[in-house]
Amino acid sequence: MSQWKNLGLWLALVIVVVLGLWPIFSRDASGREAGFTILLAIVMATSLNIVMGYTGYVSFGHVVFYGLGGYVGMYTLATLGLPLPVAVLAGGAGSALLAFLLGKAILRLRGSYFALATIGINEAVRTFVSNFQPFGAATGIELQFSIYKPYGGAMQALWLTYYGVVAIAILAVLFSFMIKNSKFGLSLLSIREDEDAAEVLGIVTPNAKTLAFVLSAILPGMLGTLFFFKNGNVEPGDAFRLGFSIESLVMIMLGGQGTVLGPVIGALGYQSLRSTLLTSNLSIAGLQLKDFQLVISGLLMLLIILFIPAGLVGWLRQRFPRLRRVLA
Amino acid sequence: MNLGNLSTSLIDGLLIGVVYGIAAMGLNLIWGVMRVINLAHGAIIALGMFGVYLLFSVLGVNPYIALGLVAILGLILGIIIYNLTINQMIGAPYLSTLLATFSINMVIIGLGTAAFSTSPRDSGFSLGTAELGFMKLQNTRLVAALLTLLITGLLYFFLYRTRPGKYIRAVSNNRSAAELMGIPASRILALSFGLGTMLAAIAGGLIATFFSFTILSGDVYQQKSFIIGVLGGLGNPLGALLGGLILGALEGLLPLAMPNTWVPVIEFILFIIILLVKPSGLLGDKK
Repeated sequence: MSQWKNLGLWLALVIVVVLGLWPIFSRDASGREAGFTILLAIVMATSLNIVMGYTGYVSFGHVVFYGLGGYVGMYTLATLGLPLPVAVLAGGAGSALLAFLLGKAILRLRGSYFALATIGINEAVRTFVSNFQPFGAATGIELQFSIYKPYGGAMQALWLTYYGVVAIAILAVLFSFMIKNSKFGLSLLSIREDEDAAEVLGIVTPNAKTLAFVLSAILPGMLGTLFFFKNGNVEPGDAFRLGFSIESLVMIMLGGQGTVLGPVIGALGYQSLRSTLLTSNLSIAGLQLKDFQLVISGLLMLLIILFIPAGLVGWLRQRFPRLRRVLA
Repeated sequence: MNLGNLSTSLIDGLLIGVVYGIAAMGLNLIWGVMRVINLAHGAIIALGMFGVYLLFSVLGVNPYIALGLVAILGLILGIIIYNLTINQMIGAPYLSTLLATFSINMVIIGLGTAAFSTSPRDSGFSLGTAELGFMKLQNTRLVAALLTLLITGLLYFFLYRTRPGKYIRAVSNNRSAAELMGIPASRILALSFGLGTMLAAIAGGLIATFFSFTILSGDVYQQKSFIIGVLGGLGNPLGALLGGLILGALEGLLPLAMPNTWVPVIEFILFIIILLVKPSGLLGDKK
């Protein structure tokens, strides 16, 4: 199993594990909140990378899986009254089902048409859920406080959720690596390079693409359930925020698409920058720096696209050919 | 349901639909010429709204004169954006241009939010209402629709009867052939991008004369532009007008039959279906 001797994989795992375990040992609540945000970003970017980086289909609606999974999970918890692990699985299954149903249809579209369709799907699901009575329509679903009792109270439930998020983040990195190094992963990469040629070589591209789409949907769905369980409520605006999808794209671009390590580094970098800007008290010429978080993120993204479109890991691989062997 | 209500809603919807159509026309022009989906479209629409609003309510300029100024600024801004972003990435994967225009969107919205906050604005402009038989229509909407038709006519005259317009069509047809004929392609692309953003700014300015808005409102109209663009066929400016009329009619009539909040659900589902069944749009040719 020489393929496991891979610097990129182990670096990514070390980042996730250290980040994830830090607040657990220090028992630090603010560190845990920061961990939540960064791990969420890592899972979203890593799972989107399967569709975008490996397969070459740029989805602007990845957040729909997070949102819908969250809704299915919350419905399972609040209305059906089932325990959290069941709800998390239901969330993942709900998202996977959506990806499966949509996959064959929209993955026929290529390039910008696919990107547009994914925006449309996110908006269609968001507006539909805003009207869907079982999901609480525009007000969403709110959990009773008593729901946290079986988990040892709200405080303990928060930590429990956190363990879940850490586990999912580790799974996401492992999945991402295993997919990339499998025969299935190779067929995805060949679809990315030249879909028609891949088809001629005997890859059943619609099936491979749909499977990639489904695999990318499961973990965000499970994560959505955990997050809205932690928050205690879910609303259409939070669940299907288009900007969140696009932030995930930015993270992938930052780190390097099509690599295992890239999305992890990108997510870490983007979220660190964002929280530094948001909490900074620095002011220049009477202007608060935190008001310009969006502007700075936008400019940063533009600079990356213009000058290092391959992202950090991609750039390293181009610059130092020896790294190509070890940096997945 | 009486006939008066029905026809008022329909005409009202159509008038607004025409204005949506001009926003989509800008999107379509850019897509048609350079195969770029401009994700900064909504931000420019919002800037158009604020341009007309500020000129009217702060400086007291007549909104329709303000609109002319906003249009010129929109054209210049578009040319600047083109040179900063798209011009550097001809031949790059489509993701680059999508993300580049989106980052422009982030910068504009970020600056706009810092400057104007996200609180709603209303120009408070009114021209009274016109009574046509049993229908009552707001004059601002009538004027907006007429102006839109006029601008569409001018755009067609420009594209088909003037030299730069013919250059634009030549470049959109075949860029390298056009270059071989001595057409300065990258300047023509900059001009097309500028015209596209100009149309977005005009649409925003017109919407500001009859709807209230925030700096974030552009997003809604950008999505409407996507729907309209796909309905009429991406890359087909006249199709955008037809798409706008269809969307306007839907927005006028559907609320009579169902709660208002269901209208966007129908619109987006229609959008996806058209993308899947006939991505070239209702007026597009068979592929």
